Amino acid sequence: MDLTVADTIREIIRGHIAENDGVVLGQCLSAVGWIQNTIPAQTEGLIELPMTDVAGAGMAVGMAVAGRRPIFVIRYQSFLWLNSSPIVNYAAKCKEIWGYSCPVFVRAIADEGNGLGPVHSNCYHSIFMHMPGLPVCAPMTPGEYRQIWDWYMTHDDPLFVSEHRRCFRSAEELPDIVSDQSVFTIYAASAARFTAREAVRMLAEQGIVCDLVNVLWLKPFELSERTLAPLRRTGKGLMLDSAYEVAGAARSIAYELMDATGARVRALGMADRSPGASRHLENGTPTPERIAAAVKEMLT
Amino acid sequence: MVCCDDAGRADLRRPDLGAIPGLAATWPEARTLELFRRLCEIRHFDLRARRGQIEKDVDTLIYLSVGQESVAAGVSMAMRGSWLLGQHRGHSFYLAFDGRHEPLVDELLGLPTGCCGGMGGSPPIHDIERRIVGHIGLIGDQVPVAAGIALARPGERVVSVFGDGAAEEDYVLATLGMAASRKLPILFVCEDNDLSVLTPTRDRREWLLADVARGFGIEAVDIADDPWLVAHWAETLSDRLPAVMNVRTCRGLWHVGTGSDDNADWDRFALVRETLAELGLADKAAAIESETEKGVEELWTSRLRTRSAK
Ligand SMILES: Cc1ncc(C[n+]2csc(CCOP(=O)(O)OP(=O)(O)O)c2C)c(N)n1
Ligand SMILES: [Mg+2]
Repeated sequence: MDLTVADTIREIIRGHIAENDGVVLGQCLSAVGWIQNTIPAQTEGLIELPMTDVAGAGMAVGMAVAGRRPIFVIRYQSFLWLNSSPIVNYAAKCKEIWGYSCPVFVRAIADEGNGLGPVHSNCYHSIFMHMPGLPVCAPMTPGEYRQIWDWYMTHDDPLFVSEHRRCFRSAEELPDIVSDQSVFTIYAASAARFTAREAVRMLAEQGIVCDLVNVLWLKPFELSERTLAPLRRTGKGLMLDSAYEVAGAARSIAYELMDATGARVRALGMADRSPGASRHLENGTPTPERIAAAVKEMLT
Repeated sequence: MVCCDDAGRADLRRPDLGAIPGLAATWPEARTLELFRRLCEIRHFDLRARRGQIEKDVDTLIYLSVGQESVAAGVSMAMRGSWLLGQHRGHSFYLAFDGRHEPLVDELLGLPTGCCGGMGGSPPIHDIERRIVGHIGLIGDQVPVAAGIALARPGERVVSVFGDGAAEEDYVLATLGMAASRKLPILFVCEDNDLSVLTPTRDRREWLLADVARGFGIEAVDIADDPWLVAHWAETLSDRLPAVMNVRTCRGLWHVGTGSDDNADWDRFALVRETLAELGLADKAAAIESETEKGVEELWTSRLRTRSAK
């Protein structure tokens, strides 16, 4: 059977501990399903942190300075509001200020819906893109996870990995969908990768052919033939993301795309309100229906 | 004061930790029955909420206090009317501190008349008119907020409730320090169920909250959840704030939701019933129990009817 994203993460970690003297820090690692099966069921190489949400990140940063290439696990991205300072201030600025490196691998897990409510139902990677010295990526497939891991191991930067629970059980690779017939180019990051595929299918049924270009790296955003050529051809684009739209990744990348091509690109992300616990008050990744409506509006 | 410095840590998890023999018998009957009524209100509320989730009337996350009722009931006997800042597992303290029942049920049912309009479900419940302040969902972050309220309202007492997991949070420890320095009138209550989700305390730390509090110069007790004992210490300490009560208790159900592992170290509710029988109050207690159960059921039935009428 193909490895899922969760299996891939777990095997990467197992290897990192066994072969690189690597280490994982986090809260409740061993209990409660080993973080959705993304942590190897072993004691070796795991540091069970107390519920110390502010200091925990500092400890991970210290291990990175000392060369252990730690993986710091954050069960819900909402905890980032507490532990971000050591990541964005210490780890990210280390090289610029002192010349030595602080390669901490931050596994920040986003989730949404399921009654999680106003704080835990969310995705907060955009704020990390704001700070220099910290690359930000959002792998959604097993292959992409291996790719960003290889990047991390061959560089000496910290890396912010915005994971999403939506993909943990998926074993699918999600290649770009690009066609000469397309009249519109959709870009998608994080869990919006999944809803975007559904939207492309829905639109195709209505005779509207769209490209779908995957965004793995939020920062730096990849300005290349792969990302720009489809937009140059269609002249219209929409950038989708699972995080808030206002001042968020989607708008920032939409701007980069517009700047590079002159084409009109809009952004769609979470609406500007807190998600409620009750189903009718939820707020999350743009749904296929919302995406399709936004595309059609831009085409009329 | 109970001092546990030289006791083995495993020894501290026992139902008679810090017990004062014969304490319940010194209470007037009416007070004991009121204590038991509060205990029953919490228990039957949470058992009803549990059923609500099983029957899919409640579809947001719920954190239940079944097994831990006596902590809230006991503290409330001395501190009702104070400011209250609880944590995600908060129905028990909300009810014990006289939070209104209907907006709580409505919140769990996702109704706009819920205390958070359906935004929060179980964890952030509040009743601000009764000084019950909401919790945002990040464990322990209600503790510094409690200190802020104490700073803003000299002369008003504040109860700050958190779990043994939250006790490890940086900002919780820092708040103990602030409360000690400023002599803030806060009763810190740690509901110590020995679990953070499913991780037991021994996998997380080797220190005791009561020792840390004493290190800051704060009076602290480390006791089991006998409700008479909890009430006794809440009352005793209420004049000597700030103070810390670490109360050993047992979570009867899963961290979140309705499941049960049936492995609680003790069953406090059963022990309380035994004590009441020894006091010759078995019949009166049974009557209170069925009365509260009936009251809770009536409220839920009527709110469910309201919801389906919408
Ligand atoms: C700041 C923060 N870190 C981690 C969590 C995840 N979390 C939710 S409940 C919980 C356990 C808290 O344990 P404790 O304080 O003992 O409360 P209990 O659930 O036992 O009542 C944890 C770790 C959280 N909600 N907030
Ligand atoms: Mg606990």
